[in-house]
Amino acid sequence: MSQLLTVAKPRRNIELLLLVLAIGMGVMANALVNLNLGRTFDNDFYTQAAVLAGLSLAVHITLRFRAKYADPVILPVVVALNGLGLAVIHRLDIVTGDTAGQRQWLWTGLAVAAAIAVLWLLKDHRILRRFTYISLVLSVFLLLLPLVPGISAGDVNGATVWIKLGPFTFQPGEIAKITLATFFAGYLSSNRDLILLAGKKIGRLQLPRSRDLGPMVVAWIASVGVLVFQHDLGTSILFFGLFMVMIYVATSRISWVLIGLVLMAVGGFAAYKIFPHVTRRIDTWIHALDPQVIGATGGSGQVVEGLFGMANGGLMGTGLGEGSPDSVPLANSDMIIASIGEELGLVGLFAVVCLYALFIARGFRAALGTRDSFGKLLAVGLAFAFALQCFVIIGGVTRLIPLTGLTTPFLAAGGSSLLANWIIVALLLKISDAARRPTEPAVKPDDKPRKEVHAS
Amino acid sequence: MNDLSLTVTILRFGFLILMWIMVFSVVAAMRRDLVIGRKAKVGAPTARQARRHPELVDEPAPSKAHARELVVTEGPLAGTTLELSGTPILLGRAQEATLVLEDDYASGRHARLFPQGTRWFIEDLGSTNGTYLGGTQLTRALPVELGVPVRIGKTVIELRP
Repeated sequence: MSQLLTVAKPRRNIELLLLVLAIGMGVMANALVNLNLGRTFDNDFYTQAAVLAGLSLAVHITLRFRAKYADPVILPVVVALNGLGLAVIHRLDIVTGDTAGQRQWLWTGLAVAAAIAVLWLLKDHRILRRFTYISLVLSVFLLLLPLVPGISAGDVNGATVWIKLGPFTFQPGEIAKITLATFFAGYLSSNRDLILLAGKKIGRLQLPRSRDLGPMVVAWIASVGVLVFQHDLGTSILFFGLFMVMIYVATSRISWVLIGLVLMAVGGFAAYKIFPHVTRRIDTWIHALDPQVIGATGGSGQVVEGLFGMANGGLMGTGLGEGSPDSVPLANSDMIIASIGEELGLVGLFAVVCLYALFIARGFRAALGTRDSFGKLLAVGLAFAFALQCFVIIGGVTRLIPLTGLTTPFLAAGGSSLLANWIIVALLLKISDAARRPTEPAVKPDDKPRKEVHAS
Repeated sequence: MNDLSLTVTILRFGFLILMWIMVFSVVAAMRRDLVIGRKAKVGAPTARQARRHPELVDEPAPSKAHARELVVTEGPLAGTTLELSGTPILLGRAQEATLVLEDDYASGRHARLFPQGTRWFIEDLGSTNGTYLGGTQLTRALPVELGVPVRIGKTVIELRP
């Protein structure tokens, strides 16, 4: 009597097409760097092109097997950004003699392998819900790691967020982003009704009960803790923003956002008054162009050099390899947006920002489509954390807001950030697969055996 | 030398154009998805799919008066829509349910919605708080007409054409 009347479209072929374009973009960027800096097209160039294509196709084939209905545009966008990042880092290496490019290739391979592992091993994103509280413990553990003597890498560029294991350095806070989002999604999806129904009403605002404020306070303490003990303003903003957005999405109560903003304002003002590094950050932001602030150690020299670089690039940019982005400190990590702005110009920079926006929109689209609230919250959380990170770092480099040390996703040199972001990609692909997959019939033992049609 | 610098300039702008081609191709690829709802999720079987699975077109598509989607109008999942594909739908909090109700007042396997002929029927599966069809509690399977609210816990669902 009953058959599936509809065929959902996997759209993997469109993904393959876009992927070819994305790989082409990465390879062409690398070729331009070699051409403009007078490098020969040696074996390295062809190996790297092959590795980039191989890695992207590996993920693509995994998707064909494990998540057939996953969103077709997420992977190409990510490959395009990652390929561009590798080319820019390679370009800076040539001038500075650094080996960041090789490390970045290594980490890209590792990160893609991790993403493939997640896609193979995680059958359904809802399984993660079982690990709600384990995720919380894991997040706390990861956030405390950089403070443990012995493996702590100490104070690097003013923040204690690195650990050192043998020759490798790692930033556990990046992974904590994922585990915290998992915890919030699990906690809020099971306790949402309690939070929603209980509480006093004042005017139009429904205030939450004090005990429901518990996790909110934990999130606040966590983000303030990161600020106080690790001196990392960016991560602190990221975690708190993540939690506020997730609780707003879960409850659609504006009162939470207001409480959160008040807490954030109080915390921010106190931090400005108490911690010298926060004070310095904000002062150098406001008075960035004063000559004595530019020249001071820890002054605004970095941001201002970046601004001059972008001004030098203008609308169309100087062309890859023809500007001088290496005169900016940390040009291949924190300031990579300035390097891109200089060499690809406003036009290129906006293409990058568009790619970010498309990726984030696809994350939200996956959240809209999926039917379980855990998946919705997780997708919103991950996509929003990504968006906030882009805003904080790009805003910082362009002097819209004070510069804080968050990584530019997929572009900046840095292994932990690549690893975390590729895992986020895998999770979003998995959730979008669940969202776009046609509804499966409920299996009932008393149903008559029926002919089922599997969509091709 | 002049030739080379011309080539380099062309390649420089070519790369910027390539970046934007990438952006616009992605937008074009997701254009179909921008409509949230039925058209975005499923399409009529294409000629190729029909050739592979002739059973897809054997059964003519239901006429307009038939229920085509299930809409959650109240409760935590309000706004959710579900395609009715001709297979029974299990409603409840259990993870294996077709529509997983995040509703503390619903049972794990609360109710079942199934097609019979041209109509959809709802049947309570022995839930704790009962299922209400248009205000009366269900005691047996009853047909659900279009637009009649079905209450499960704090969730209200409706069939729509």
